Amino acid sequence: MALVFGTANKKSIAWAVAKRLSQSGAKIVLTYQDPRLEGNVLPLAAELPDCIPCKCDLTVEEDVAAVFKLVEEKYGRLDILIHSVAYALREDLDRRFLDTSQEGFRIAQTVSAYTLVAAARGALPLMEKAGGGSILAMTYHGSERVIPNYNVMGVSKAALEACVRYLAADLGPMNIRVNALSPGPLNTLAARGITGLLTMLKYFRERAPLRRNTDLEEVADTALFFSSDLSRGITGEVLYVDCGYHITGM
Amino acid sequence: MSSVEEKVKGIIVEKLKVDAADVTNDKEIVRDLGADSLDQVELVMELEEQFGVDEIPEEEAAQLKTVGDVIRYVTEKTGSPA
Ligand SMILES: NC(=O)c1ccc[n+]([C@@H]2O[C@H](COP(=O)([O-])OP(=O)(O)OC[C@H]3O[C@@H](n4cnc5c(N)ncnc54)[C@H](O)[C@@H]3O)[C@@H](O)[C@H]2O)c1
Repeated sequence: MALVFGTANKKSIAWAVAKRLSQSGAKIVLTYQDPRLEGNVLPLAAELPDCIPCKCDLTVEEDVAAVFKLVEEKYGRLDILIHSVAYALREDLDRRFLDTSQEGFRIAQTVSAYTLVAAARGALPLMEKAGGGSILAMTYHGSERVIPNYNVMGVSKAALEACVRYLAADLGPMNIRVNALSPGPLNTLAARGITGLLTMLKYFRERAPLRRNTDLEEVADTALFFSSDLSRGITGEVLYVDCGYHITGM
Repeated sequence: MSSVEEKVKGIIVEKLKVDAADVTNDKEIVRDLGADSLDQVELVMELEEQFGVDEIPEEEAAQLKTVGDVIRYVTEKTGSPA
């Protein structure tokens, strides 16, 4: 049983992962942030067997409580949680990082990092019932290196990766693993909010050791690995799925 | 109506949930058809996918104000007759 956060449309990483998990037999609860995404997400949910769509804004406590209640009532357990959620104000992705406002900083940190903590807390009792579980977040290289215009998102991803490690330490004794994938740039809705994404994609495919852009399917395959017993010895880890780009120095 | 025109209008109707009769070439996508910034990004991504055109740069997307602009742009990019 897998709970997947962060589907906005068919290009979302969360949707690619949900499909892959479903193909491997997982029942899915597919959440979306806002009612206006319903038109995109309900038809997608209908494509998968045993997939329940559910509105959940992870910054709203009642929404979070409601989605875990739904999982509890329907399945009584949770094995896999996918956190594929991030947000920053558009203006903060289009100017000097220096000019980030307190409000912009707070929003980016809350939505992109804190929500993983809230989701993990909700997952704990249900994963304990399953004898353990796997929590997986999505991060990006901008946490470690300066990427033009990524700005406050990069700082939030650094926080997210630190959250992964602290949560892994807290939850390890309950056999719950917490990891993150760090995909190369992908042409998704969230990424289109970053000024210069298309330049980034081009630069990336010219320089990545595998000489191509990352694709959604390979991210989903790696997510399946982290969601399965094949990765049972791994927790607190950030794994790059980026055609090797992060190893390059020039 | 050319096939590009028909397809562009179909995408706009579906994405913006507007009446097909309202989607005429002179209509502005933001002002007349009520698209917000999220709609605009989704529209551009849908055009890229449906017409198999390469990623449309922000600067070019920003120039596409009316339905007619979009039709002309896609026609040019795909090399199909208007
Ligand atoms: N696309 C890339 O290049 C790339 C690269 C590395 C990492 N990532 C990360 O992958 C994750 C998914 O992004 P994506 O690229 O699939 O884009 P996306 O826009 O499809 O997904 C982002 C999702 O976050 C959701 N979201 C925002 N605020 C929320 C809230 N308060 N509550 C619940 N959901 C909320 C949005 O509704 C959306 O579904 C993000 O964490 C992103 O930073 C993306």
